[in-house]
Formats: sequence, structure tokens, C-alpha cells
Amino acid sequence: MADVTMRIWRGDDKGGQLVDYRIEGNEGEVVLDVIHRLQATQAPDLACRWNCKAGKCGSCSAEINGMPRLMCMTRMDQLPAGPVTVTPMRTFPIIKDLVTDVSFNFEMAKRVPAFNPPPAPEGGYRMAQVDVERGQEFRKCIECFLCQNVCHVIRDHEDNKAHYAGPRFFIRYAELEMHPLDTNDRRELVRERMGLGLCNITKCCTEVCPEHIKITDNAIIPLKERAVDAHYDPVAWLGRKITGRKKRSADEAAALRP
Amino acid sequence: MADYESHSYDVIIIGAGGAGLRAAIEAKGRGLNVALICKSLLGKAHTVMAEGGVAAAMGNVYSEDNWQVHFRDTMRGGKMLNNWRMAQLHAQESPDRVRELEGWGALFDRTKDGRILQRDVGGHRSARLAHVGDRTGLELIRTLQQKAVSMDIDVFMECKILKLLQDAEGRVSGAIGYWRPTGEFISFTAKAVVLASGGVGKSWKYTSNSWEGTGDGHAMAMWAGADLIDMECVQFHPTGMVWPLSVRGILVTEGVRGDGGVLRNSDGKRFMFDYVADMFRAETAESEEEADKWYDDHTAGRRPPELLPRDEVARSINSEVKAGRGSPHGGVFLDIASRRSAEFIRRRLPSMYHQFMELAGVDITATAMEVGPTCHYIMGGVRVDADTTATTVPGLFAAGEVAGGMHGSNRLGGNSLSDLLVFGRRAGMGAADYVEGRTGTPTIDHDELEAVVQESLKPFTRETGENPYDIQRDLQEMMQSNVGIIRTGSELEEALVELDKLVERADNVAVKGGRVYNPAWNLATDLPSMLTVSRSVTLGALNRKESRGGHTREDFPKPDPEFGKVNLVLSQPSGGGMHGEIKISPEPLLQMPDDLKVLFEETK
Amino acid sequence: MAVDNASITEVVLGGTRGGPDVKTLREDKWWKLPLVTVLGLSAFVVYATWAAVWGDSNFFYLPHNIISPFYSPCLAHACKAAGDTGSPVFDWWRLSPALIILVFPLGFRMTCYYYRKAYYRSFWRAPVACAVQDARPGYTGETRAPLIIQNIHRYFFYAGLVFNVLLTIDAVQGFIWPTLHHQLVHGQYVTQSGGFGMSVGSLVLCVNATLLWIYSLSCHACRHLCGGQIRSFSKHPIRHKLWKFVTPLNARHMTFAWCSLFFVAFTDLYVRLVASGTITDFKIF
Ligand SMILES: Cc1cc2nc3c(=O)[nH]c(=O)nc-3n(C[C@H](O)[C@H](O)[C@H](O)COP(=O)(O)OP(=O)(O)OC[C@H]3O[C@@H](n4cnc5c(N)ncnc54)[C@H](O)[C@@H]3O)c2cc1C
Ligand code: SF4
Ligand code: SF4
Ligand code: FES
Ligand code: FES
Repeated sequence: MADVTMRIWRGDDKGGQLVDYRIEGNEGEVVLDVIHRLQATQAPDLACRWNCKAGKCGSCSAEINGMPRLMCMTRMDQLPAGPVTVTPMRTFPIIKDLVTDVSFNFEMAKRVPAFNPPPAPEGGYRMAQVDVERGQEFRKCIECFLCQNVCHVIRDHEDNKAHYAGPRFFIRYAELEMHPLDTNDRRELVRERMGLGLCNITKCCTEVCPEHIKITDNAIIPLKERAVDAHYDPVAWLGRKITGRKKRSADEAAALRP
Repeated sequence: MADYESHSYDVIIIGAGGAGLRAAIEAKGRGLNVALICKSLLGKAHTVMAEGGVAAAMGNVYSEDNWQVHFRDTMRGGKMLNNWRMAQLHAQESPDRVRELEGWGALFDRTKDGRILQRDVGGHRSARLAHVGDRTGLELIRTLQQKAVSMDIDVFMECKILKLLQDAEGRVSGAIGYWRPTGEFISFTAKAVVLASGGVGKSWKYTSNSWEGTGDGHAMAMWAGADLIDMECVQFHPTGMVWPLSVRGILVTEGVRGDGGVLRNSDGKRFMFDYVADMFRAETAESEEEADKWYDDHTAGRRPPELLPRDEVARSINSEVKAGRGSPHGGVFLDIASRRSAEFIRRRLPSMYHQFMELAGVDITATAMEVGPTCHYIMGGVRVDADTTATTVPGLFAAGEVAGGMHGSNRLGGNSLSDLLVFGRRAGMGAADYVEGRTGTPTIDHDELEAVVQESLKPFTRETGENPYDIQRDLQEMMQSNVGIIRTGSELEEALVELDKLVERADNVAVKGGRVYNPAWNLATDLPSMLTVSRSVTLGALNRKESRGGHTREDFPKPDPEFGKVNLVLSQPSGGGMHGEIKISPEPLLQMPDDLKVLFEETK
Repeated sequence: MAVDNASITEVVLGGTRGGPDVKTLREDKWWKLPLVTVLGLSAFVVYATWAAVWGDSNFFYLPHNIISPFYSPCLAHACKAAGDTGSPVFDWWRLSPALIILVFPLGFRMTCYYYRKAYYRSFWRAPVACAVQDARPGYTGETRAPLIIQNIHRYFFYAGLVFNVLLTIDAVQGFIWPTLHHQLVHGQYVTQSGGFGMSVGSLVLCVNATLLWIYSLSCHACRHLCGGQIRSFSKHPIRHKLWKFVTPLNARHMTFAWCSLFFVAFTDLYVRLVASGTITDFKIF
């Protein structure tokens, strides 16, 4: 097969630039294959993350021709002719070349009040398939953080990182709120502290998700509607007053530990 | 002496796959101070790639299933080379371990009455694999990861351990490694160390393993004086992708066959019927009709031969290809398209559908997949005590793929994930008990630490030298052709000679650039363990002059009852790291008590 | 990445980012979709404004009893003049009657999750396309006024349902024609014996009402209220059925949003053209 030109961002926190490499291409290759071949031949210190090479681990996130994608699931023959530009995820601080510091995401993971079920009955919990299906969609997440990367709330507005969980964790909250056994109520927490209101449902997270999780439709909007139930809807408020049912405040939700 | 970042813990756990995470949760639950260390980001270990399921005799689908049957299947699958006690604990405890995950948030597929659904795979008598579509490993690792995070366990990600450190009495008391993102060194002192570092598959050319599968734990354990056993028992999974070339080796889950997929050669024949070994004849279907009835009702027929243990299937595929009846790209056909509806396939095997669609441009609901064997798993590993996972070195514990014995000479599908849960927990308990009984504060030898640091930095000091990628490639090609699925004495001898040369070349690697996230340097530091492990596998393979499970010798094609009574134990009595001489000696297997032996007589 | 769980409790802001400092590296035609959205929405807004503010004649065609959805229910003074049988409660309102009622459908669409996406992207350019930099610095999303108002969407949804009922009644009335004796309608004398009739116009009203129903039923708030808000479907089988019914509609909400939008405008235009005598509302029987 013909040679291809890879235009790769090389650099670190002190700066960097796009560097062109010419290398032969082979049938059926993905971008990650070509990067690996570059490492083995021309650029041994070119940094990138990868593990499974099959779209299962979410390590090899980068931006290919400007779009956030997994390098291992982007076939060279499906990209337009001409140089292939590969750059690191834009939203997170750079470490080197294609590797970024994604600790923001692990920080947000720590803020999630964990699953809180009642004690298991003899022989284990019983749950119907229809009750676990919604959560299962979100649990397909491979934590590639492409959705976090593409989300303009933090991509273009650094200061929001302090108080924004991001789409990956909105699906986590949605999963827990839809879990048939969970007993916590994180609606106020998500609204008040996790920046749910910052999302303007422009759906880029859904567009880039390699697992095709309908992040916005199935998680964020349902969460926003739950926030309405818990906070904005006057009738729901009245209903709570009359029935004496309570909602959990952000503090209470955060403090609840299994 | 230079100053390195240093930490002190009760227990450090090297590896954050299923085994490491489960161990950390257990030790932390006991109130200990725990560190979890991994080479990649948290949640990216091999465990995440596991597809088919986790084996546990819960009896949710076939209520007559129980731990005895599971135990027996495991032992027979491993051709009786297993540590019986491990197999017993595993079979007894895995149902509770799986159910416990639900309390931590896991969402398995359900039966109609709301219990955990179980599926069939090779070698298991009953539908036994709890699963979530074909992404069970993801569910497992994410659940454990979320549990660990909620317990505030300290995680050191992208931190590679180079060597274990020992105190004057030979107890393991810490470890030295470096941060991949910065290249800075970091040392740990600990009262106990748990190895949960996974497998070794990266030393082969076609493998389902990632860059992490370099056998660091196996090597570090041996360097520290621990025994390895049965290292020749490497599992080649029968169904890896074969095309496009760049994805060759990537796994195609056994769930495809469990859900009705069949293997065909280029004549369209279901060839597995021709390869049923005597041991399995009684329980395997004789005709396609009989086999097809079995999928819906396990009492209506016997098992299809496609669901024989992996070693049998892998060898059969190998033979078909050799006989010239392979597929265009040198595999055979795995056909589920003609047997199940597109809707069924997409629901049960979503990630396989996705993987073939995106990587090979093949729609598995319409056409057959091309598959062939790929290096997948090592049954051999660090010798441990079944109940505590203690190795032969005080203070060192091992669980998961790095530990040997549980699976004998061949592992059944789904038995690894359950192994991680059962023995991960036991490692946490074993280490905690040890820590509670241990006296004195752990100390590490700073000269030794400094020596490790200096050694690992040498590649930067060489002006000219070998490219580590070249050495890795040559190693992989050599292991693939000489120590692959079918082995012979002469090729193995040759391999040992080649390995000596590769060690020499590894002594001369040169790396350019800085220490910050430098993959060439990272690879250079992987080479010593890859070479140590490769040598162990080769030595084991040369000395086991029989064919058993994952180990097949062309020159000794039959199992030999004498070899069936021994483990081959490897050790480095005089140290020396990657250069050190490896001693190999046969040692008798643990004796199974009579009440368990009965299980095998009854069902002959 | 040096993450020691124990030592990090806050996100560190302001790290250096990798990649070239440009608005986007995308070279595909990412601007196409927002452009089409701007054109489509603008065209509707221009037409609707004209029709609502200056179009307060010709919104009703008496012989076939078809009324423009912009003017239904007809509540103002102008309606009487048009010969509508409705009762103008807002008799004192001398501006276009459309302005009273359009607030509701407009509010429904303005706070609709889909339209929000559409105008945030195409008009506000936050972001105009994925991985293209926001047009403005500083961003607070829907966390404060005025955009926090988006949270009342479900009330507009309720109102939308009322309108759907009214428009359905209109559609039904489009089949019930009045008896006319040499009556002056838009400059022409019409005589007809009333009763059940069907014209292209009555069908247009039907399609319009149907599309609006589908649009409303596919609403995200609707999906939530039907059953999305509950944790356990198996314990609420009826609400689960409802949810399962609206979920596939919801997946096509964008399509229904555009179809119903254009069809409302088309229906208005059609009634207008018929009422003004520009075209004939072809009678089927
Ligand atoms: C593609 C694929 C599919 C599979 N499918 C199944 C299945 O369906 N069912 C089943 O039961 N089994 C399956 N397996 C096998 C099973 O997944 C693995 O055997 C198992 O996950 C191993 O788990 P582990 O915890 O021992 O190690 P791993 O998950 O491999 O984790 C090893 C950990 O050790 C760390 N580590 C290694 N070396 C170092 C070092 N030097 N310093 C610091 N950290 C280190 C790594 O970073 C990693 O975190 C599959 C395996 C693969 C590859
Ligand atoms: S829909 Fe919300 S979370 Fe998703 S990318 Fe857009 S703003 Fe971010
Ligand atoms: S939700 Fe999708 S895009 Fe986001 S991290 Fe998970 S897999 Fe990646
Ligand atoms: S390498 Fe695992 S997702 Fe790309
Ligand atoms: S109408 Fe669009 S979401 Fe409600």
C-alpha cells in the first residue's frame, strides 16, 4: 500500500508542534497500528496510551483530524486522503505527545457517593432484566473520557472543572438513580455540586462515545428531569409537603456511605 | 544516595486487575493501610477485556449444578495437574464472590425470575458463566474499582514496579519502581506485598494480551526467591481474529460458541466432530442433530464438540489449517450468522459485533468470522498456598493469573474471573493475617534500591545500542515459532540458545529522549521480565516430555501418567535476575483427599 | 499521571494543554449542520412573525371550517370578524389573536431539549460543532437566569397537550361544514348544504394535529413523566409500558420537531391561500 503522512503533535508542557512522518500503510490498519510502527521505527519515544487494541479499555483516546476518537478503532482507510493529524485530548493537561493527565476524571469518580443497597437477602438480590437494562447501557462505559474531553463546558472553560462532573459521571449518577436497589437520592447533589445545569445538552458527548451510549438522551436529560422533580417543579414540591416524603439534600446524599 | 519519593504501607498490591482490586478491598476492609499499584491507568488491566463471563456454580439456570461438579470440571479441564485445594476453594467460594459483586453495584444479565443468568462455555458441564452480554470483565473491574475508590484506597497509577525489596531475613518488605508519566523513581516499604500482576502473553507474536502482559510479577517473584510452577502450560485460545493482519490475535469470545456458533473448515464441514478425545467422548454429541438439540435443553442431547476445553479446540483448528482446509487468511470459520438471528447476535454479543464490524469490516450477523489460535493465558505461575496465597518467600503473596496451580495444565473459560475474586480476597486475607502477626518495622536495603535504579537508567547512557522494539519483535517471533502451540524438543533447545542471545542484546539496549513517558524506555525495563518468563516457559516445555492441556509436544504426543503426577518447579537459587540460572525440578502434586477422589470415579 | 488518591482532593486548574492552539483542527464540513439549522429556524421565525402579526385576516376558511393553527383557539376580537364560531374571551384584544396563543407553543419549543440543542449550537455557538471552540469566553450554561427557566419545560409540555386537544377538535371540525346560503366569504358568495365533508384542507389539519401529538409524546419530559422517573419498572408495569411506547418516539424527537414545525407553517399557509381565494381547497366528498 501507498505511504501515508502522519501529522502528530509532539511536545510536552513546555510546548510542542505538529511533526510530519511518512510511513508505509498496510491493509486494514487502524491509526494505532501506524503509531506503533512509528514507535518501532522512527520515533521510539513517541508517547501514547493503549492496552486492548479492540475498543474495550478506553486507553487510546486522542483527536484524529480534530475529532476525539479511539486510535484503535479508527481505520486508516476510512479517513479522507491526505495527512492524518493526531493530537492529544485537548481538555486535559498535557504530559507528553499524545498522553494527557486525566486525573480530573479520577477526582470526579471519587466524588460519587457509591451504590447504597439494602442488605442482601438469602440467596442474593433479585432484580428483573427490565430494571437492570437502563443501568447496563451506562455500564458499557470504557472510561475513554472522550466525552469529558469533547464537552465544551470544560474544554473551553477551564474554571468549570472545579465543579463539573462531566458526561461520564452524569451517566454514573443516572445509573445509580435508576438502580432498582439503590437507596440514596443524589438529585440535589448532582444539581447543586456536580454542575448538571452547566450542560446545555448539545450532545457532543453522545456523538463521540465509542460505546454509542446515548449519554444525553438517556442519562443527562433524565437527570435534568429528576432535578426538576426535586427542585424546580412547584407541584412536586407541594406533593412532598402533603405526603411528607422527603428529598435528600446535597450534603445528606454526599455523606451517605454504604 | 539520591532521594526518591517513598511511601510506607501495611500492604502494597502490585496490579490493579480483578485480583489486585479484590485483594485491596479485603485488606482495606480489615483496617489496613493499603496501596494499589498499576502500570496503566486504573481500570485498564486485562480484566477489563474479559468477555464471556465469570464461572460460579450458582445453579440459577440448571439447579442441579453445584460446587462438586464445578470442581470436577475444573480438574478434568486442567488434566488433573491442578492444585486440588485451590480448585476446591474456587468452586466452593465463587458463587458468593459473584453475588457479593451485586451488592457493590454490578448488573449481571438476569434470569426470568430475577436471578443472575448463566451461559455455557467449553468444559463446563452446566451453564455456569454469570455474564453481562460479552463485556463481563468490564463489569467486574468497574465494580471492584468503584468499590475500591469508595473505600479511599490509595492508587498509584502508571507506576511500574521494577523489583521487590527484601530485608535482612529475606522477608519481602517493599518494592522499587518509577512513575511512567515523570520517569521519577518511587519506593515503597510494606509489611506484606501482594502480586497480582497478570499474565505473560506479550512475549508471543499473536496474542490477546496487551503491552502489560510482560510477566513482571512472575519474574520479580522468581528473582526474589519464590518458586514458579508449570510455566510450560500456556493457553492458546482457539479463537483469535486472524485478519486484518494488524488485529491478528485479538480475542473472539468463547461466548460465540456457547451461544450456538460452530467451527467449519473450508469445505463447510463442522470438523470438531472428528477431534473428540476419548476422555470426553461419553459426554459429547455424535451428530450435528444431537448437538443442536443441546443448546435449548441440555438433557435432550450431549454437548457440541465446539465446546470442548480450549486446548482441544485450539489443537484441532491448528490441524485443520495444517491439512490445508483453512480459511483464506489462515484460520477456520466461526459461524454464528447462519445459526442465530441477527437480533439475537447483536443482543448477546454486542462487542463482538462491533469489533468485527469496525476492525475487519465483517458483519457477523451475515457472514462467518475467520479465527485461529492466539496466545491468551498462562496457567503456570508463582507457587502459592491455596488458603492464604502465600508464596514460598515470607511476606509475598500472589493471586490471579500470576499465581500457578489453580488451573492445572489448561484453564476453562470463565474460571479466571472467578479465580481473581476468590483468590484476590484470600490474598487480602492472607496478607492481612501475616501483617497482624508480623513483628518489627519493615526495612529495605538502600544499596539494593540504588542498584536497581542505576541498572534501569543504563539504556540512556549508551550512545549506540539495540532498539528495544527490535528485541521485543525478535523475541515474539522466536517464541511464536519455537514455543508456540505445538512444540518439539529440538525447537525448544534452539529457543534456549536464542534466548541467551536475546538476553545479551537486552544488556545492550539504548534509549533516546527523556524519562517522561518514554515508551522505548518503558519497554526496555519490560525486557528483563519478558526474557525471564520466556526462558521459564521454554525450560518447562523442554522438560515436560508429554502432551497435557495447554502444553503439546509433537515428539511426545500423548499424556504420560508419570508426568501427570508432578509439577515442574522453577527457581533461581543463586539469584542473578534475567541472567540468573533457572533450576527446574519435578515435585509431586499435592495429594487429593479421598472424599474428593470419589468424584472422579463415579463419573468415569 | 501521578495520582495518589490520598493526596488529591481538589481538581488542579490551569494545566498546560497539548495540541496546537487553534479553534479547531476539524477539516470536515462541520459548519454545514448549524448553517442549515440557522436557515431553517430563521425561515420559520420570519414566516411565523409575519403570519401572526400581520396576517390576521385569511386565517379561517368558513365553508370548509378550517382554521390556521396559529389562530386556534381563536380568542380575540378579530375572530368574530372572521366568522369563527369560537367565543372570543379576549374580546378587548385588538392585536392579532395569534399573539395570545402562540406564547404557549413557542414556549414549548423554546424550552424543548432538542431546540435548545439546536439554537445553542447554531445561534449561540456554544459550541457550534463538536471539538470547535465556543464563540464566547465565560459560560454558565443553564444554571442561572434567564436560562434556568428551561427547567419549566414540563409545564409547557402540559400546555402543549391542551393545544393538541384544541387542534384535534379543529381537525374534527374541518369535517363538519356549515350550511351556507349565499354568504359572502372573502369576496365570494358561497352556497352549500352543510354536514360531513372532506377536503384536502381537512386532511392537512389532521396531519398537522397528528404530527403535533407525536412531537409532544416524543418529548423528553413526557418520557420522564410516563415512567422514566421511576427506579423499578417491574414494580410499575403500566408506567413501564407507557415508557416503552414513548421511548422509540423520543429517539426520533428531532425529526418530529422539524416535521411538525414545518407542517404547522404549511398548514397556516395552506389555510391562508385557500381563504384568500388564491387556491381552491379541493373537495374530496
Ligand atoms: C481478551 C481477553 C479476554 C478474556 N476473557 C475472559 C473471560 O471471558 N473469562 C475469564 O474468566 N477470563 C478471561 N480472560 C482472562 C482474564 O481476563 C485474565 O486472566 C485476568 O483478567 C487476569 O487478572 P489479574 O487480576 O490477574 O491481572 P490483570 O487484569 O492482567 O492485571 C494485571 C495488573 O498488574 C499490573 N502490573 C503488571 N506488572 C506490573 C508492574 N511491574 N508494576 C506495576 N503494576 C503491574 C497491571 O498494570 C495490571 O493492573 C480474558 C483475557 C483476555 C486478555
Ligand atoms: S451534552 Fe452536555 S455533557 Fe454532553 S458534551 Fe454537550 S454540554 Fe457536555
Ligand atoms: S461515556 Fe462513552 S465517551 Fe464517555 S468515557 Fe464512557 S465510553 Fe468514553
Ligand atoms: S487500546 Fe483499548 S480502547 Fe483503544
Ligand atoms: S418537546 Fe422537545 S423535549 Fe419536550
